[in-house]
Amino acid sequence: MTAPAIELKGISKAFGPVQANKDISISVQPGTIHGIIGENGAGKSTLMSILYGFYKADAGEIFIKGQKTLIPDSQAAISAGIGMVFQHFKLVENFTVLENIILGAEDGRLLRPSLAKARKELKHLAEEYELNVDPDALIENLSVGHQQRVEILKALYRQADILILDEPTGVLTPAEADQLFRILDRLREEGKTIILITHKLREIMEITDTVSVMRRGQMTATVKTSDTSPQELAELMVGRKVLLRVDKKPATPGEVVLEVENLRVIDDKGVERVKGIDLTVRAGEIVGIAGVAGNGQSELLEVLGGFAEGTGTIRMNGTEIPLSGLGADGQARREAGICHVPEDRQREGLIMDYTAWENTVFGYHRNPEYQSGILMDNAAIQTEAEAKMERFDVRPPDPKLAAKNFSGGNQQKIVLAREIERNPDLLLVGQPTRGVDIGAIEFIHQQIVNLRDQGKAILLVSVELDEILSLSDRIAVMFDGHIMGERSPDQTDEKELGLMMAGITQEPEGDLAKVVDQQFALQEQEREGEANG
Amino acid sequence: MDFLTIIQILDSTIRLATPLLLACLAGLYSERAGIFDIGLEGKMLFAAFFSAAIAYSTGSVWLGLLAGIASSLVLSVVHGLASITFRGNQLISGVAINFLAAGMTVLVAQDWFKQGGRTPSLPDEARFGPITFPFADALENVPILGPIYSELLSGHSLLVYVAFACVPLTWWVLFRTRFGLRLRAVGENPAAVDTAGVSVVGLRYAAVMICGVLCGIAGAYLATALQAGFVKDMTAGRGFIALAALIFAKWRPWYALSATLLFGFLQAIALRYQNIELGNFVIPVQFMDILPYILTVVILAGFVGRAIPPRAGGEPYVKER
Repeated sequence: MTAPAIELKGISKAFGPVQANKDISISVQPGTIHGIIGENGAGKSTLMSILYGFYKADAGEIFIKGQKTLIPDSQAAISAGIGMVFQHFKLVENFTVLENIILGAEDGRLLRPSLAKARKELKHLAEEYELNVDPDALIENLSVGHQQRVEILKALYRQADILILDEPTGVLTPAEADQLFRILDRLREEGKTIILITHKLREIMEITDTVSVMRRGQMTATVKTSDTSPQELAELMVGRKVLLRVDKKPATPGEVVLEVENLRVIDDKGVERVKGIDLTVRAGEIVGIAGVAGNGQSELLEVLGGFAEGTGTIRMNGTEIPLSGLGADGQARREAGICHVPEDRQREGLIMDYTAWENTVFGYHRNPEYQSGILMDNAAIQTEAEAKMERFDVRPPDPKLAAKNFSGGNQQKIVLAREIERNPDLLLVGQPTRGVDIGAIEFIHQQIVNLRDQGKAILLVSVELDEILSLSDRIAVMFDGHIMGERSPDQTDEKELGLMMAGITQEPEGDLAKVVDQQFALQEQEREGEANG
Repeated sequence: MDFLTIIQILDSTIRLATPLLLACLAGLYSERAGIFDIGLEGKMLFAAFFSAAIAYSTGSVWLGLLAGIASSLVLSVVHGLASITFRGNQLISGVAINFLAAGMTVLVAQDWFKQGGRTPSLPDEARFGPITFPFADALENVPILGPIYSELLSGHSLLVYVAFACVPLTWWVLFRTRFGLRLRAVGENPAAVDTAGVSVVGLRYAAVMICGVLCGIAGAYLATALQAGFVKDMTAGRGFIALAALIFAKWRPWYALSATLLFGFLQAIALRYQNIELGNFVIPVQFMDILPYILTVVILAGFVGRAIPPRAGGEPYVKER
């Protein structure tokens, strides 16, 4: 038996009183894909940061290919043959692909020879692993999928034979994710070892050979993927039984609540982001907007929520509401019965330095029940906040804690509590479970479905297709500012939606992946055209 | 306006643009690495005083230049400590440096020389004298090319030629060397540099030190070449004009040359034409004097196209988990 590519023995790491990693041991065979799965805060990222030299472990040993190795910094990790593809790419946006690849791995003081060598090597790698990228393209003009390829190429250029990918599919379309998996397959065939960190069970099942589950800093299990099931992994992650499917009754849509006609939005840069869309949402239904990030969904939510201006017509319960000028602000929207859970809870949903109780009344702080003379009735707000946090299972249920001290899922619950408890006619929800643990996802989804069952209208925007498919009663797909079409969740699947998200409405003939590839190439050309023109 | 006047104005433009150019390139290195530096003014002032003081005391202009560079480097270290090591606010550190320099120079000057916060006038041997090109005198009378060669190109101090040579050198360093690639990267996305196994702190200190050296030369030029000795606040906002020129130049070396020449030209015009008569109306001298500053404000207000600064500029780098 060959020595494991990576072996960790008894790794521990504490940050103050928090034990992020506790006596972790794993061993990964060369030429395999090993998944590491766990909730946010389970310690996956800390463990990988130790492997990549960002942190020094308090105890434990690392063996690379059987050799005991010390990794005090990234340089050491690179020379040990470890390459890391971070969730947020570490690329210089206005550099070319080639410049990004040689950065830090130049051959001498002058650039020209390094660039020439990298160009040759890149061609070679592209052929070997089917990783095609234009070496002279600027990073900012590449699609996210291609940017990720550059990250992988960076690692390969540095002779990495152990590749760590941290939540690699979080930013990809389903088609791009499939392409990534094909690349990973190819890398495995060539004998590379891959560690895949994710919280998506489907990916683990699809591509890994073995999987380790982490919970609260500990490695709770390491199993062969073929011997386990998503249900079992979810339970290992959360530590209790989890519902992977949203439990909901069929919808009983009522009156039309929101009517959108020919809505157009132009952003600050003068680019038209929403290009004339029509949409209705009825009482008692959840309409899901699917799409790759950046296709106008965010702008749609912003205009409906009242913090961006647009043109067109919006009617709420039959009454037209202004889209620009006076009366087009968040306050007016709330008075019209629209509540909004924004996409970015840390920037738009909460003030991170303020306490939870303060955060539970933002936007409603002018309501008479919170006033006491000319002052705010803080005691009343705090009491109410405590009750809300109780009902929404916010942990810890301490209203005096600053918002930034809660985990992502609990922050989201605070925002949801604030908006849902207003009992709105229409709830706008953007990315409700981005960066939220499985346990909390289950809870948040249930709250949204409950609101629907009370006969409220819900407009859901999410880049997670699973979420759209399991929550929505009707799905609209946005691409390039248009709605490509509406589908009923039981009459469509990920494949069809994925194609629509890439701008293709009809089932094309031939190899699907190829068509998608072509489509992306076309988009890229367009983008370059825009950049040059 | 005759040809000789034009040559004289351009000649004066070159001399006045030199400190701006040096300071602008100094800022370019620093800001390209992600460290904003509004302390260019203070560093130049410091260097101007110490170069003049040492040149006067020792009689050697070279020791003066070294003292100027060293004193400017001291302030660079302060800025580096505040904004790189301790991750402080770069603007506040810069402001503090400007105040420190404005006060310290006058105080020390008064203590050392007792002449009301200035240094005594430097004798010629303690200054950078003009360098005359070969055959400059002989060619003076050749029409057109003669005056351009002997008046405009020849007869400047060494530091002027150093400053102009720094433009292609800076371009080459930034865009053709490993150091330049890393420097530009660290100003755009320090995390990319860090994960590539290169020290962000080291690169940023290197940039701040280069900035200090160039500011030192600029200050020494002011006190030992352009003028003969130090007077209170002799930089007169040149550090800020250089910053405006840097934005105008979109952080590019060749554009920096054009931008600083433009400012130098305006200053030269203001010096030459103290009163311009337009019919019965006399444009007051003060108006001419404020022209470069007005242009600075106009540029900073963003009237000159969109200038995109280095993306990580002004932000201390904190390693993320």
